[in-house]
Amino acid sequence: MIQWMTVVSIWLVPCMILFILLIATIKKVPAYEVFVEGGKEGLHLAISLLPFLLGMMVAIAILRSSGALDALIQLISPVLTAVGFPAEIAPLAIIRPISGTAALSVTTEMIQTYGPDSFLGRLASTMQGSTDTTLYILTVYFGAVGIKKMGEALKVGLIADFIGIIVSVIIVTWIFL
Amino acid sequence: MAIIGIVYAMINGTMEDVNQALFESADEAVTLVIGLASILIFWVGMMRVAERAGILRGLARMFRPIVQRLFPEIPENHPALGYILANFSANLFGLGNAATPMGIKAMEEMKKLNQSDRASNSMITFLVINTSSITIVPTTVIGIRMEYGSLAPTETVSTTILATTITTVAAIVIDRMLRKRRERRST
Repeated sequence: MIQWMTVVSIWLVPCMILFILLIATIKKVPAYEVFVEGGKEGLHLAISLLPFLLGMMVAIAILRSSGALDALIQLISPVLTAVGFPAEIAPLAIIRPISGTAALSVTTEMIQTYGPDSFLGRLASTMQGSTDTTLYILTVYFGAVGIKKMGEALKVGLIADFIGIIVSVIIVTWIFL
Repeated sequence: MAIIGIVYAMINGTMEDVNQALFESADEAVTLVIGLASILIFWVGMMRVAERAGILRGLARMFRPIVQRLFPEIPENHPALGYILANFSANLFGLGNAATPMGIKAMEEMKKLNQSDRASNSMITFLVINTSSITIVPTTVIGIRMEYGSLAPTETVSTTILATTITTVAAIVIDRMLRKRRERRST
């Protein structure tokens, strides 16, 4: 099943491109001209995205390098352990919605230290895979279309992350222990 | 966030690290955008061809019953639905690179419907589903597990799918609840 899925993933993109071009040819769409036209728009999007992304990444970098993020983790960790949450996983849980690269390095570190087949290694793997970097996604998507009032998107995103973390712990405990 | 960080650095004496991180991260952001530019140019171009050929419209019509319930504000057969579906399917197969440009196009189409700088209901629903992640095969994690000699690198796939499904459903439910509350307030 997994092998099959990987094969599908590899074949999917080239086949999709082939499919699009075939249909375009049948419908007599000038594919190259339209592609270039759309590509220009893509470039424009990327450039307009830069200030938003740069601002957010710098803010997160300041937060991390100053040690404020670590302090926050230390502050929250005892609360999490008090409710039966494995203490080692707390940093990952807190950092996951904030910074994708940081979360990935924490996950890698945990798998390295505790071993991929340990309870913590499995938990870190599940947590890393089951939620995405909320802050990054909101910045990119809202930034690209120039929306500054995010409404309740951030709130819902963070609540969902929180649920995801709890659900990961429950599921991994239930399946592997 | 930046204010908290800088104030904390004052107390903590980590100003030097902050200075360094400031410029390093700015640099990183530029590199990231250049990396994004290549996929954006390619996929936005490709999707434009798909749109002209009527593929997106067809896709939107096929899955209309499901998507229409999630995004009641988007009119039938609107290109936004096609982009949303393209984004979801790319995400499902773990093709994050392809998913982002399609998601951005979806946001653009939704903005055309909304015409304001405030996030619309459909946008929030769309992003909430995206942030809770709908991957089936977490390729990066499997890669890391293999690197550190896991006996079964893919054994966390099932737990990931289960966790993701529950989280996504929860996110949609919360989003719906908050939306109802918003609507009640405005009337």
